[in-house]
Amino acid sequence: MLDVLQRLGRGALSRLARVGRAGQILLQSLLATPQPLIMVPLVLKQIYFVGVLSLVIIVVSGGFIGMVLGLQGYTILVDYGSEQAVGQMVALSLVRELAPVVAALLFAGRAGSALTAEIGLMKATEQLASLEMIGVDPLRRIVAPRLWAGFICMPILAIIFAVVGIWGGSLVAVDWLGIYEGSFWANMQQSVDFYDDVLNGIIKAVCFGIVVTWIAVFEGYDCIPTSEGISQATTRTVVYSSLAVLGLDFILTALMFGEL
Amino acid sequence: MRMRTVEIGVGAFMLAGILALVVLALNVSGLKLSEQAGSYKVYARFDNIGGLRPRAKVAMSGVQIGQVKSIRIDKNLLMAEVEMEIFNDVDYLTVDSSASILTSGLLGEQYIGVVPGAEDDVLEEGAFIQDTQSALVLEELIGKFLFNKVSE
Amino acid sequence: MKPEHDSIIDIRGLSFLRGERAIFDSVDIRIPRGKVTAIMGPSGTGKTTLLKLIGGQLRPDGGQILLDGMDIPRLGRRELFEARERMGMLFQSGALFTDMSVFENVAFPLRVHTELPEDMIRDVVLMKLHAVGLRGARDLMPSELSGGMARRVALARAIVLDPDIVMYDEPFTGQDPIAMGVLVNLIRRLNQALGHTSIIVSHDINETLGIADYIYLLSDSRVIAQGTPEELAQVDSEQVRQFMQGLPDGPVPFHFKAPDYRQDLLQEY
Repeated sequence: MLDVLQRLGRGALSRLARVGRAGQILLQSLLATPQPLIMVPLVLKQIYFVGVLSLVIIVVSGGFIGMVLGLQGYTILVDYGSEQAVGQMVALSLVRELAPVVAALLFAGRAGSALTAEIGLMKATEQLASLEMIGVDPLRRIVAPRLWAGFICMPILAIIFAVVGIWGGSLVAVDWLGIYEGSFWANMQQSVDFYDDVLNGIIKAVCFGIVVTWIAVFEGYDCIPTSEGISQATTRTVVYSSLAVLGLDFILTALMFGEL
Repeated sequence: MRMRTVEIGVGAFMLAGILALVVLALNVSGLKLSEQAGSYKVYARFDNIGGLRPRAKVAMSGVQIGQVKSIRIDKNLLMAEVEMEIFNDVDYLTVDSSASILTSGLLGEQYIGVVPGAEDDVLEEGAFIQDTQSALVLEELIGKFLFNKVSE
Repeated sequence: MKPEHDSIIDIRGLSFLRGERAIFDSVDIRIPRGKVTAIMGPSGTGKTTLLKLIGGQLRPDGGQILLDGMDIPRLGRRELFEARERMGMLFQSGALFTDMSVFENVAFPLRVHTELPEDMIRDVVLMKLHAVGLRGARDLMPSELSGGMARRVALARAIVLDPDIVMYDEPFTGQDPIAMGVLVNLIRRLNQALGHTSIIVSHDINETLGIADYIYLLSDSRVIAQGTPEELAQVDSEQVRQFMQGLPDGPVPFHFKAPDYRQDLLQEY
């Protein structure tokens, strides 16, 4: 009985210690004295790897999700004779929910796992230790640029996702199913508010970007430097960041739209 | 050479992001940049506002002339008090205008329809529209209808 | 030659625990200035850990590590990074940065720590690459190098700032005989030419004996013997002899702890 209690306590303590280390790494990386001359090219390079190379999956998924929304929305709304509202349905669900959440999940799978594996491999091949011995803080040189790149890319990816999705929805609803174009866009513009819907969606994307990148970078930095350890860390990145995104989404939605 | 591809890629990425944001703002949410010309506040009291919400449109002959800012209860009169923002260029609402809560379509959103009257004086900032008509509540309608049937 | 006279690193009463197990238990080591000192011992005796302790990447559980009188574990983050500029370390895997060319790898410490103009960086890098015989490989990427070449590039990077101390972590492991000979020669020659202090961690006896001025033999978390190569050859201890001559069985048993062989085989399953 006491053994069980002890194991429970030990597990909880080691989890807590991990959270503490993760926070420490985040703070140390972000608070490092800014050296713009060195930082900017490093961040640019990471934006390329994290953001630009994620574009294909974001655009393709966004387009298909928008098309599906248009189709489903039409078949549901046509029963009530209000298929004109399909534009508003596609736009609202994308801008408020699907764009930030799905983009964050794809981002975790595409960019997050790559970040974890890359940093883990650098640890395994002693590149991080070697940086330290050269007198360069790996948190500043390796971790910080990747964190900033993730923070910057995620909202941009979510916005692009939303726009491509709405375009996909209009493609199905207007061009294929023949809804009058004017009412499609007018209904959308009337119901979507820039501050309440678009900005809140972007705020969500920013939060998800911070959480996913943070988890990915930490798992890489904290992994056991063997091939098995890296593969476990990569899996953990995808699992933890997906769970975190979905959980956080509920909390943020409750805070933003709960009172309406 | 490789840094050049990276920089071009990142530049295009950023540009795509900004363009997408502009599309979201103008095309999707209908944000109008030029319309910050200002507005003035007009109030109206209703017995029942039905499903009216903040941000609902205020329209005259179906054309939007403003929007609902806030809704609260007037404690003295025990009526709903609706605060509306009317665009500044709408300067032809007479003091005897009437406001009614209408529904766009069968299932659509509720909005306030304003019909101007015949007086010469126009509504100023902070003025009240006296002549109001409450929202149609389906239950009350059915109730009245049944009552009339019975009393016949 | 006794190391007491002029030591650049003075380790006193060093203890280090990993979990419950003591890696070092009150170990004293002195590294003489300008010489090649070898730390030897069977695998798993924490030789690499010792280098990490000297580099300040790990903190000991007790004792002092004095670098010219500065206690490394007590240094703040900034002072520690300054102290590390005086050290160069050659990692077991080479640890070249995979996203940079050979030239950029060697230039990296210069770019970080100095404000030298580009043409001077080029000169210094080419000099160091020439010293390890790889001036012609400057434009290759690390993935295009053989293991021995990668280690030589890493060596050039470790000495590019002209450090006071160069630490070698298992420099000979996994090298073919030619590459091994090249490395042995390089370490010896660089030490003489540049006058820095070298610390070699290794279990390759012959190569290490050939170049070391002084040797510490570690086993069971203690120093079991020390001295010049000639002195060590004379030590009359079974443990030392087993290691130095590479005998398979002795005080360090060949067999991992196990129940009796005969009983184990005959046991009903």
